[in-house]
Amino acid sequence: MQMFLNNFFDNPERLNRWIDIAQSSFLPLLKGALLYSLTLALVSFFFGLIIAILTALARLSGIKPLIGLARFYVSLIRGTPLLVQLFIIFFGLPSVGIMIDPFPSAVIGFSLSVGAYSSEVVRAAILSIHKGQWEAAYSLGMTYWQALRRVVLPQAARVSVPPLSNSFISLVKDTSLAAAILVPEMFRKAQEIVAATYEPLLVYSEAALIYWMICFVLSIIQDRIENKLDRYV
Amino acid sequence: MITITNLHKQFASLEVLKGISLNVEKGKVVVIIGPSGSGKTTLLRCLNALEIPTNGSVQIGEVKLDFSQKVERSSIPRLRKQTGMVFQSYNLFPHMTALENVMEGPVTVKKEDREKAKTKAAALLAKVGLGDKLDHFPAQLSGGQQQRVGIARALAMDPQVMLFDEPTSALDPELVGEVLKVMKELALEGMTMVVVTHEMGFAREVADEVIFMDQGVIVERDSPQQLFSQPREDRTRQFLQHLKS
Repeated sequence: MQMFLNNFFDNPERLNRWIDIAQSSFLPLLKGALLYSLTLALVSFFFGLIIAILTALARLSGIKPLIGLARFYVSLIRGTPLLVQLFIIFFGLPSVGIMIDPFPSAVIGFSLSVGAYSSEVVRAAILSIHKGQWEAAYSLGMTYWQALRRVVLPQAARVSVPPLSNSFISLVKDTSLAAAILVPEMFRKAQEIVAATYEPLLVYSEAALIYWMICFVLSIIQDRIENKLDRYV
Repeated sequence: MITITNLHKQFASLEVLKGISLNVEKGKVVVIIGPSGSGKTTLLRCLNALEIPTNGSVQIGEVKLDFSQKVERSSIPRLRKQTGMVFQSYNLFPHMTALENVMEGPVTVKKEDREKAKTKAAALLAKVGLGDKLDHFPAQLSGGQQQRVGIARALAMDPQVMLFDEPTSALDPELVGEVLKVMKELALEGMTMVVVTHEMGFAREVADEVIFMDQGVIVERDSPQQLFSQPREDRTRQFLQHLKS
């Protein structure tokens, strides 16, 4: 701490330089965050949720091959590091002739990850809906899919908002891994700025602050959604 | 209207229905009574295939399902559209208002126009005495009000037959009357009804026929006057005496 302060007081030019860099790097970082980090998270979460619902339904289907397939998928994705999965998709697949650009590679990787982790949340949420709800829907003549879409999933959504919000906020931060496969998201931008300025403490802290701001806004949105869905309880 | 032939239902090693045959004519009200575990609720649930019988057949209106063969999946919703079901625990959709609950069947299943369905739903809710509760969620209604929404929801599908599974058993005693009143009006309008209940007063007053079930078989069936005052079977007599004490 002493050293840190001395550095500044002995060297006002360094302080000025920091302010300059902080100012000039803020917009590029924010742009990386909004254009890539947040977009990547939103798109991946959308596809991930679809995968999660289908996986949860497969697990609940009572059909052995489907259950096996769903379990295999969840086990594989949860049992391997996300960074390794991204490397396989982006650096590995080209050797069998499958070339995917950085951004779509990241979307595939993150969607598969969200799908696996959230499928357990969705499964538990569907199981938490009383079986009388299914019966009431069926007694009106609804099919399985109609009962699911109109009656069960809307109620399951309420139960799963808190855990899914957690996943989404984690995902926003995990998008920094995409820097490693050349997606120009915020963390990669930060690395580039550090390479040019040699001020890692400042620039990485700035990036951290922006992640925090985004997650702060997201948790406010989470509260709003929870309040809205709780209105009928 | 309803023809049940040699209906069997087995859960694992437990045979709950042991060959039930029954006819219900159009416009008749049949009340099923019996001790718990007698199979009366299972019988009712077989009528709209919420339970799939192990054997026998069910015909309601034009739709006949023969469970001695493999039943086609698509034919089950057709049977269910003939019947309206009212549950002991109401089973209203908690995320929808009273009005939306009643509209749900017509809009989702029958693909009726929303506005048309809305008008009809509002009329049905008015009919069960809830014209001022359209926008209430189930959690904001008393048990008796919820059950009346349940009746309106079932009626919205224009069923040929209404099935009631102990509709007042979960209610506080002071709320039973309002539900029975709605059911009575329905009976007077000529609705065909099968009612599983412990409300002997209702059975006496409204039923055209009372069926006493025990251990998976129909022990006795008769007019309420006859069955309540002069039961022919010992088991019926024992059950009725048990209720009085």
